[in-house]
Amino acid sequence: MTNPMIKPGPMICPFCGPRDASEFRYGGDPSVARPGFGCSDADWAGYLYVRENPRGLAREYWVHSQGCGQWLVAERDTVTHLVLRVTEATP
Amino acid sequence: MTGPSRIGGSAGESLPFAFAGRRLQGKAGDSIASALLANGIVTIGRSFKYRRPRGILSAGEDEPNAIVDVTLDGVRVPNVRATTQALQAGMEISPVLGRGAAFLTRVLSPFIASGFYYKTFLWPHWHLFEPAIRRMAGLGRVDPASRMTAAAGGSLSVDLCVVGGGRSGLCAAITGARRGQKVLLVDRQDSLGGSSLWRGEGCADLVAEVQALGAMVWTGATAFGAYENGRLGVHRQGEGLASGGSLWVVQTGEVVLATGAMERPLLFERNDLPGVMLADAALHYLRRHGVLCGSRPVIATNNDSAYPVALALAGAGAQVMVVDSRPASARSKAVNGVRVITGACIARALGRGRVSAVELDSGQRIACDLLAVSGGWTPTLHLCCQAGGKAVWDEDRVILVPAFPVPWISLTGRVAGDWAAPDDLPWEWAVAPEIPSSGATRKIWVDLQNDVTLGDVELAARENFTSVEHLKRYTTLGMATDQGKSANLLGAAAMAQATGRRATDLGLTTYRPPYAPVPMAALAGLSRGALQSPLRRLAAEPAHRAMGAHFRDYGGLLRPAFYGTDESSIAAECIAARQGAVVFDASSLGKVAVMGPRAGELLDFLFAGRMSNLAPGRVRYGLTLNEAGIVTDDGVVLCLGPEHFLVSCSSSHVGGFVASAEEWRQTRFGRDQVFIHDRTAQWATMSLSGPTSKAVLAGLGMVATLDDQAFPHMSFVMGQFMGKPARVARVSFTGERGYEISVPSGLAVPLWQALIAAGAAPLGIEALGWLRAEKGFLYVGQDTDGETMPHDLGFDAPRLKRKQGFVGDRALQLPVAGDAERKQLVGLARADGGLIPTGAHLVEGSPRRSIGFVTSSHLSPTLGRGIALALVEGGRARIGAEATWFDLGQTGRATVTPACAYDPEGGRLHV
Repeated sequence: MTNPMIKPGPMICPFCGPRDASEFRYGGDPSVARPGFGCSDADWAGYLYVRENPRGLAREYWVHSQGCGQWLVAERDTVTHLVLRVTEATP
Repeated sequence: MTGPSRIGGSAGESLPFAFAGRRLQGKAGDSIASALLANGIVTIGRSFKYRRPRGILSAGEDEPNAIVDVTLDGVRVPNVRATTQALQAGMEISPVLGRGAAFLTRVLSPFIASGFYYKTFLWPHWHLFEPAIRRMAGLGRVDPASRMTAAAGGSLSVDLCVVGGGRSGLCAAITGARRGQKVLLVDRQDSLGGSSLWRGEGCADLVAEVQALGAMVWTGATAFGAYENGRLGVHRQGEGLASGGSLWVVQTGEVVLATGAMERPLLFERNDLPGVMLADAALHYLRRHGVLCGSRPVIATNNDSAYPVALALAGAGAQVMVVDSRPASARSKAVNGVRVITGACIARALGRGRVSAVELDSGQRIACDLLAVSGGWTPTLHLCCQAGGKAVWDEDRVILVPAFPVPWISLTGRVAGDWAAPDDLPWEWAVAPEIPSSGATRKIWVDLQNDVTLGDVELAARENFTSVEHLKRYTTLGMATDQGKSANLLGAAAMAQATGRRATDLGLTTYRPPYAPVPMAALAGLSRGALQSPLRRLAAEPAHRAMGAHFRDYGGLLRPAFYGTDESSIAAECIAARQGAVVFDASSLGKVAVMGPRAGELLDFLFAGRMSNLAPGRVRYGLTLNEAGIVTDDGVVLCLGPEHFLVSCSSSHVGGFVASAEEWRQTRFGRDQVFIHDRTAQWATMSLSGPTSKAVLAGLGMVATLDDQAFPHMSFVMGQFMGKPARVARVSFTGERGYEISVPSGLAVPLWQALIAAGAAPLGIEALGWLRAEKGFLYVGQDTDGETMPHDLGFDAPRLKRKQGFVGDRALQLPVAGDAERKQLVGLARADGGLIPTGAHLVEGSPRRSIGFVTSSHLSPTLGRGIALALVEGGRARIGAEATWFDLGQTGRATVTPACAYDPEGGRLHV
């Protein structure tokens, strides 16, 4: 854990408040940008299949699929699984 | 020789039960183990591998021997741990007998060492021997007719969860509750107080305070798993044997483990004899159940914790002898009325079938009817280690400790190595395990449940399986249902000694959930039977039933398969559709509204075809893809008005379409410019079809005009049905003229009845599947697979015209998309008009190679011959050519045809 003040706890949806983790579904890496139509084949293949697998802090899409249905961006420590911050996803 | 007996008072309701056919009496509050001991029963079962008689070792979930099958009220539950299951009146208890073949166990037992099966049954092949060996293996018998019940579990969020309701846990719960934390206290026993219930006077004052502070208390509950982000899995016992209890996921802010420590046995020859018991367990049975486990006990120990046991047993009238492996100490001299031999170890236990004497390493023999042993204590670090704490041996404190702190878990009490002395004398309870040399004997047992001996550990060391993880897998040490609670540390210490290493270098095997077995019934919870995957149902189901519909489950939807008693009615339904008018309940078809200034733009992005230029009142067919260019669904889009569209996706893809559309909406378009609303359940849809459908609809008078000029194919008009809005769309999935009529779902039954009354015949989903196959209309997911792109289905424009701006656009330009040998959807026809089995492969070459497969196949009532759809490599180029099909050893010939076998010009739409 990077910050000893941060404790584990329920995921906090910015729309619904603290909710059980089972209500949320992982949604991918928000930093992966969709390449334009003129991109190379390799760029498109990378967009489809190549992902970072970070150790430590990661920004991730999560969906409150069993709740309000909103797409969220969570900052999560992949080592401790602690979710440090959740904000709504925007284009 | 008297053995165990009940000496406690007569209080408590008497509970009749049976063990191995014998009628016995227990008392309310008994565990199965204490009730058996109270009746003088020492031998509980036979061991797993060698069928040796075994007795009760412990009083908790560490019990390796006392596993029984229990039947109560007709429900048989196998492999019950007698030490943790409460006795109930009427229980029929049978011993679990290891089924090792008699000749193996009696004659060969000296030879069945670790790796015996691997080495012996290797040639010619293990699978030759496996069935017979598997029959010998295993413990209790499962009765498939017996069903345990389970209650609904759930999830819970607390600030602090304290695991263990002994003195330390109660104090931690009080501290948390006083701080204002929401506290949950979990304890596996049915009363709070932990070991103070038998080692002390209980903790009534602390229990009262915990309750006064309003902390939640779960007794009879086991925290069996620690998971990421502070989550604990907790199993709450149910009422009675047949209840599997309930499963809870507890989200915590922090966890305090007050799980105590488990006593280790001592290693000596024939240490598995019935009558050998942990010293703490002997005290437990005395104080909790009034059962004195022996009148002439020998208590063998290497630490101070057995002395209070000796005093208690002596106080209960037993003639106690203590054998302490350490030199004389203030404590060994301070026990009045108990004889103590210091500086001596047990060399072997003696007795036929049960212990009757012990022999010390000096050769001295002492008669006894109970051998209570204490080999030191192992902190119950399971949850901490599951969370990454990793247990290591601390040489200085001579105890097991977590190597890494887990930030959200703290330890208190005995699990942290703290055990307050009961008096003013020095209190040496933390000691290292002592491992004898196995010498000539093979009868020193390390893992009692899996029958692993010290000799097996030494053999593993000789054969170079020297890491604890290899030791476990080679000898099965720690792999039984007790998960080696009494064995793992001894096994690791034995391996350290056998390889000349220190215990610190070895560590322990990985701790994994569950800490104790959790019934499958609890894991399933209510999610079984009809509730396992609840069916969705149609609003008009009663009307279908009234017409004799035969229902089937289609992807979780209960729908009419056909109307009649058997499948012969399917063909008649098909003929009716081609000759008259039929009505099909299509209510589950998607009705997803997309609206707002950017609605058209979003739809253009979601479909591989333009939708934004659709005029109000018009309908267009389209495919949706994923970013890899693979077809995920097809459907039609209706333009309801400016900036307002309705997507009619296929029934089983509504959820997937909405999820995908929401993802793109929220992450690419923004929440405020376009909105998605799934109205599927709010509208019922009846699909009227057939050459006379226009006349049938005219009879209902729902819409102003049915004129084909004003109301052409692929358009819709609004009308009224029973004073409510009705939407009538001219679309067709049968190939005939068709009208899809949607009304508020409350009107599903009257609309169905009105259409039937007007002359339409009912059409089930099976007949629809035949009709659409005749037309070559595809079901995405049945006639496509995970590689199918639009052009494989004949929709060439998106790829060839290099269209862009939709999901999967760029993938259609990848080299793989242009491969001439891609599988394409085509039809097949046999010269004899016969049927080709669905799933048959098309094959060619030598050796034979699959070039595709049949996705749909029916005997067409319309055409009077078999028709089939297939995905075939370069299929369209093969049209007109012969192909060979192969299915389960059968082969045959067929001609490749276009997918559409009926009315390719589409003239029937306008009849």
